[in-house]
Amino acid sequence: MPKVKIPRKSTNIDMTAMCDVAFLLLSFFILATKQKPPEVLSVKTPTSVESKIAPDKAILITLTKDGKVFLMLGDDTKKNAIIDDFNTTRNLQLTSAELAKLKKSEYIGLPINKLKSALNMQQEIPANLMDGIPTDSTNNELAFWFRSITNAYKGEDQRILQDKILVKGDGEALYPIFKNVKEALKANEIYKFRIVTEGEAVPVGSELYNKPKSEK
Amino acid sequence: MAEMDTSSGGGHKKGPGVKKAKKLSTRVDLTPMVDLGFLLLTFFVFTTTMSQSTAMAMNEPKDDPNQQMKVKNSGAMTILLGKGNQVYYYYGQLMPETISEDFKSTTFKGIRELILAKKKATPIDDLMYIIKSDDKSTFKNAIDILDEMTISDVPPGHYAEVPMVDVEKMLIQKTEEANGIK
Repeated sequence: MPKVKIPRKSTNIDMTAMCDVAFLLLSFFILATKQKPPEVLSVKTPTSVESKIAPDKAILITLTKDGKVFLMLGDDTKKNAIIDDFNTTRNLQLTSAELAKLKKSEYIGLPINKLKSALNMQQEIPANLMDGIPTDSTNNELAFWFRSITNAYKGEDQRILQDKILVKGDGEALYPIFKNVKEALKANEIYKFRIVTEGEAVPVGSELYNKPKSEK
Repeated sequence: MAEMDTSSGGGHKKGPGVKKAKKLSTRVDLTPMVDLGFLLLTFFVFTTTMSQSTAMAMNEPKDDPNQQMKVKNSGAMTILLGKGNQVYYYYGQLMPETISEDFKSTTFKGIRELILAKKKATPIDDLMYIIKSDDKSTFKNAIDILDEMTISDVPPGHYAEVPMVDVEKMLIQKTEEANGIK
């Protein structure tokens, strides 16, 4: 019987095409993802099963681990109006140069009585040395800030403002600070706001997990 | 593709004494490079989707003394958040006679089952979870308990945050001392 010859084929596969694909995808993903802005205030947020993504441009209240409150006015269209309003309603008597400097700063983390002197300083105070905005019930300056914020958004749909207010807190911040923040918002008749959390999977077997998708 | 033409072009002949240069393959093994490419790709894909933060909605009630809600004792469960991630709870109202039996402690791991058991045992109209946070509890605790409500699918309006009263503060302190929680 004649032997059947099977031609030996090389097992070498040309990897070039695959390599091209891999790096094409890699470069696409690197370029397509948005770079997170460097965070000055490091906060480790709690987790929740909520799946809605937090908006980017928001009025963000940050509670740090050591109980300080910072305010970030992310909505650039209203930022100037809010600061101008705060200057007049609280009678801060800031000069236009000081106002300009305040408007440029990324976040507000000083009590009213230290604001003016800090703006005249040569270098900026680092975030960890700032006192934070006082929120205790006797002197809730955050409420004053929110008065100015509501003034700036006056005449517009309240839901626009509600969608913008975010509270971001460190998991280890104590509850009374959060309560004070809520009081500040309530004082300005803001009853709806949102809390920034880290996404988390719905626990298997829980009521929410068993609920039909359409009702979620 | 990944090779170069190294054959000496054309058929120009060399002399009989001249040795033919050995043809070296210029084929490069691209497998490690592909590996690296996909490794980086997976790394970037995972890290970017993970860091997305979510926004949980909060609805605060208006402080209106005229609109105080009456809660049935049979349907109420009070959840108290203490320090050290401890959770305390009782059903209905605290009665002075049975206070030590009614006031129980658990953790965030155990509270889910209790919430669910209460929800199943109570007609939905009577159901009410009263959440009270101690001054020593953390922001994380406050969010976690609200998240537990979502997980157990308690409809909005059937849970509320209420300030803690002195009796409860005292009870928590006592339990903490007894259990050695700092």
